[in-house]
Amino acid sequence: MTISYQLKRADFIFKNQNDWEDVLSKSINRTPQDLINELISSELKGRGGAGFPTGLKWKLTAEITDSTKYVICNADEGEPGTFKDREILSMVPFKVLTGMAVCGHVIGAKEGYIYLRGEYFFLLPELNKVIREFEYYCKEIKFDFTIRIFMGSGAYICGEETALFESMEGKRGEPRNKPPFPSNYGYMGKPTVINNVETLAHTYTIFKYGAKRFYDLGVQYSRGSKLFSVSGDTPKPGIYELELGMSLADFVEEFGDGDTKAVQVGGASGFLVPRKRFNETAIGFQGKLVGISLPTGGSMMLFNSSRSMFNVLDNYLEFFREESCGQCTPCRVGCQQLLKGIKAVKRGEKNTKYLDKLLRLTETMKLTAKCGLGQSVANSFSSIVENFREEMIY
Amino acid sequence: MYPVSELIKNLADQHGRNRHNLLPILQGVVEQEKYLSEYSMIEIARELDLPASEVFGTATFYSFLEYKKMGKYIIRICKTITCSMKGKNQILLAIEDMLKINVGETTPDGVFSLLQTNCLGFCHKAPAMLVNNEVYTDLTPEKVREILNSYLKKQKEGGSHDN
Repeated sequence: MTISYQLKRADFIFKNQNDWEDVLSKSINRTPQDLINELISSELKGRGGAGFPTGLKWKLTAEITDSTKYVICNADEGEPGTFKDREILSMVPFKVLTGMAVCGHVIGAKEGYIYLRGEYFFLLPELNKVIREFEYYCKEIKFDFTIRIFMGSGAYICGEETALFESMEGKRGEPRNKPPFPSNYGYMGKPTVINNVETLAHTYTIFKYGAKRFYDLGVQYSRGSKLFSVSGDTPKPGIYELELGMSLADFVEEFGDGDTKAVQVGGASGFLVPRKRFNETAIGFQGKLVGISLPTGGSMMLFNSSRSMFNVLDNYLEFFREESCGQCTPCRVGCQQLLKGIKAVKRGEKNTKYLDKLLRLTETMKLTAKCGLGQSVANSFSSIVENFREEMIY
Repeated sequence: MYPVSELIKNLADQHGRNRHNLLPILQGVVEQEKYLSEYSMIEIARELDLPASEVFGTATFYSFLEYKKMGKYIIRICKTITCSMKGKNQILLAIEDMLKINVGETTPDGVFSLLQTNCLGFCHKAPAMLVNNEVYTDLTPEKVREILNSYLKKQKEGGSHDN
């Protein structure tokens, strides 16, 4: 099965932001219903990785009646191999702020927050300056909306939306049970829209050019363009805006070093695709009829044949073991045991059938862990162990 | 530089004394002191009228809120996959060799602490590290020695300019 979708470059995100005043004032003169319809017809899905339809998210929050609501921009970009959000915030911050303000208008929120990861502290002075300018303009047009930055302090799990709320509330960043979802019960228990930086930047494109322009990019179920953070064994690491739906084979053709053995799609919590499956894998959201479709927050890490997949998995598991919040047992103990387990197999202390036990453990984690972190360890673990079993053993 | 109790009071005045103001206050103390001492945490608890255990529990959750005494410059080397593939260990060895400390340790003069951290988001410019809030990318052993020398020079000149 071969996918025919080709790699196509796009250029929307980093295109000039100089008309933000115009986009903002025009958008807030439209009705919330009109804006929601525009977003829904664009079929924009969340660009943080999970891919929830953005228009629906805004709609659900708008429908709740509450005098206090919040808009939060998730800039806790922590997934290994992802670095696009920082670039957006430094190159086109006004697009993100405009997206937040329009969202405020749609759902009826007067306060917005940017949750910025501690590692990006150096962005703060410039970002604060931009926010002051933005708020000044809002005042000028008598639009009541403020934006504050909340700094994270080095915790990957705080990128999980409910852990992020907990963190902003001054607590440990431990994810909450869902439901209730943020649209009902978010920051401070109030209805909250939380969107990834890139998602908000795309709403700008949609409000500026209309939904069709965005919808015309990409393929069915995976509309629009997306930023990809390309790293690893590639001659041209960096950030690229591409239409969704391309085949991984085309991607590797463009970005590989000629010796690409596997690509990790979606960071440590995503999937590893071995060379033999490049042709049948597309990059986009689930639900397409051909081949396997992998969602991604945009992290694309390439590995060439000099890399040991054992080392790769070992590195991921150490990452998860450290970043697991420790709240629920499947994830806390599971990550530790997986790491211990693959080391024991490698050293020959456990026989190779033990790998199957570990695979069953990841299945358990997928079913029982409380949040996306614990549930997604199975993705990279099983895709690496199943495709490179011999490298785990010898 | 304020004494820490005064700093905490100022931070509480600035941010507020509610639970949701806790993180900015903890971060403010770390900004100046580089770490949270038991004393600081108890003071913060008193200022915000929270159990000290809650403050401790929250502070110790976050990897950038150190609770052991740290050097003036905290070096954090990214150890996640791409940096690790692109020679993170050589960078680490160069630093350990130059400063005569291992990961997790602080130089006896209290100038540098050496730590490893998870993905800094500079995979396309790996290997990368943070020195306090400053990012350095595309590191080589030579480059990292130069960088640390510039900090040493700054330190010798008695410069108190943090970043």
